[in-house]
Amino acid sequence: MENMLNTLSTLWETSGFYMMAADWRQLVMIVLACVLLYLGLVKKFEPLLLVGIAFGMLLTNLPGSEMYHPELWDAYIAGEITFTGIIHEGGLLDILYIGVKSGLYPSLIFMGVGAMTDFGPLIANPKSLLLGAAAQLGIFAAFLMAIGIFGFEPNVAASIGIIGGADGPTAIWLTSQLAPDYLAPIAIAAYSYMALIPLIQPPVMKLLTTKEECEIKMEQLRPVSKTEKVLFPIIVTIFVCLLLPSVAPLLGCLMLGNLFKESGLTDRLSDTAQNAMMNIVTIFLSTSVGATAVYYRFLTPQTIFIIVLGLLAFEFATVGGLLLGKLMCVLTKGKINPLIGSAGVSAVPMAARVSQMVGQKANPSNFLLMHAMGPNVAGVIGSAVAAGFLLAVFGG
Amino acid sequence: MTMTIADALLYSLLGMAVVFFALVLLILIICIMNVFKKKEVKAAPAVAAAAAPIAEPVYAPGTAGELKLYDTDERDAAMLMAIVADTLGAPLNELRFKSIRELK
Repeated sequence: MENMLNTLSTLWETSGFYMMAADWRQLVMIVLACVLLYLGLVKKFEPLLLVGIAFGMLLTNLPGSEMYHPELWDAYIAGEITFTGIIHEGGLLDILYIGVKSGLYPSLIFMGVGAMTDFGPLIANPKSLLLGAAAQLGIFAAFLMAIGIFGFEPNVAASIGIIGGADGPTAIWLTSQLAPDYLAPIAIAAYSYMALIPLIQPPVMKLLTTKEECEIKMEQLRPVSKTEKVLFPIIVTIFVCLLLPSVAPLLGCLMLGNLFKESGLTDRLSDTAQNAMMNIVTIFLSTSVGATAVYYRFLTPQTIFIIVLGLLAFEFATVGGLLLGKLMCVLTKGKINPLIGSAGVSAVPMAARVSQMVGQKANPSNFLLMHAMGPNVAGVIGSAVAAGFLLAVFGG
Repeated sequence: MTMTIADALLYSLLGMAVVFFALVLLILIICIMNVFKKKEVKAAPAVAAAAAPIAEPVYAPGTAGELKLYDTDERDAAMLMAIVADTLGAPLNELRFKSIRELK
């Protein structure tokens, strides 16, 4: 009888319920993970990524699950162990996280994104690259506020700023290099705000534009030849990676995926990059990023600051694109609708759809979608360049 | 490592300058590509005109040329051409159909 009681006692003491009683914060994290699952599954906030992130967060905060060990990654950063050591000593999510830490997953996701992206509207209207550049204002405004107001370290501030790039893989790629402890809140903020773009952008767009500007109809874009589309990814890779070599993994993969699509000779590879590979990597990326949300690192005031700064970054990015759009509207004597400027924040194709939606509300016969796709894909390149710059400056 | 707000502002300005520089460079590259493309388009009709006496008629882009239909109505012909273009993955105006004949 005594043995039986001892066995029951041991079973109870090794259970997650017993361990959870020692620290209530784990329960908070489990509830938070369930809230994020609700947002992903019921409210459909970027479900392809948020569901994986939330489930990774759930798994890592289940006491005794031993699937992710932040202390191992601290040792890795301190140079005490290598990836081999992590494979030997780590749990399942530690092993998956190697792909984040090495920059593998974000780059492969970018390859898939490249295979799905049509740079035609950008090539047809190269001026839209300027709007993609202006919308990176959000990154640097948030960086500035993170240092000036909240007193973050520069490497952390740079990672927070990149939320304003509205590009999940870029945010994960940069943060895993510069501030891995903040990866979970930054990734969650980036993907949540991307899902909320239709709510975040329209008030700013209406505030900064007049009814006449919103009603502007733009001329039809010229057709783009296949040769131009094939040359574009090759030339962009050569010039941008020569200018900023640190951006080569992201931009190189983006352009390789695009070359698969546009060459017309590698349809199988393009299909794999945008479907099978993208799906597999998304599973690994989302769960392992979610796993970094360990309760004692996530439940801090800094997380709230990051969420606030992320929202401000998105708003400033929208403002940057719109203001340059207004300037271009004046300079071209009303040929450019400033609303397409807000699409420069990346978040493909959601931001372009918002431009279309607001433009059509002002004038039902207005079709801005293709015009907004130019700044939208320019924003992807712009945020990758900004991330490369931040890594080059603060990654040393 | 901490940073003053003045330094942060300088880094921000430098960052925006780098982003603009990179993307303006891409604008220039696209414009150069466009210039070459326009030259190609201008050169093509000249070559075609020189070869005209011995070559087949050169059709303007966007036309299907002169299509002869044998026992086929126009609606079926349009459908067949669309299917062929879709299967080949080529725009219809880059294909030349000479004749369509119903096999009996």
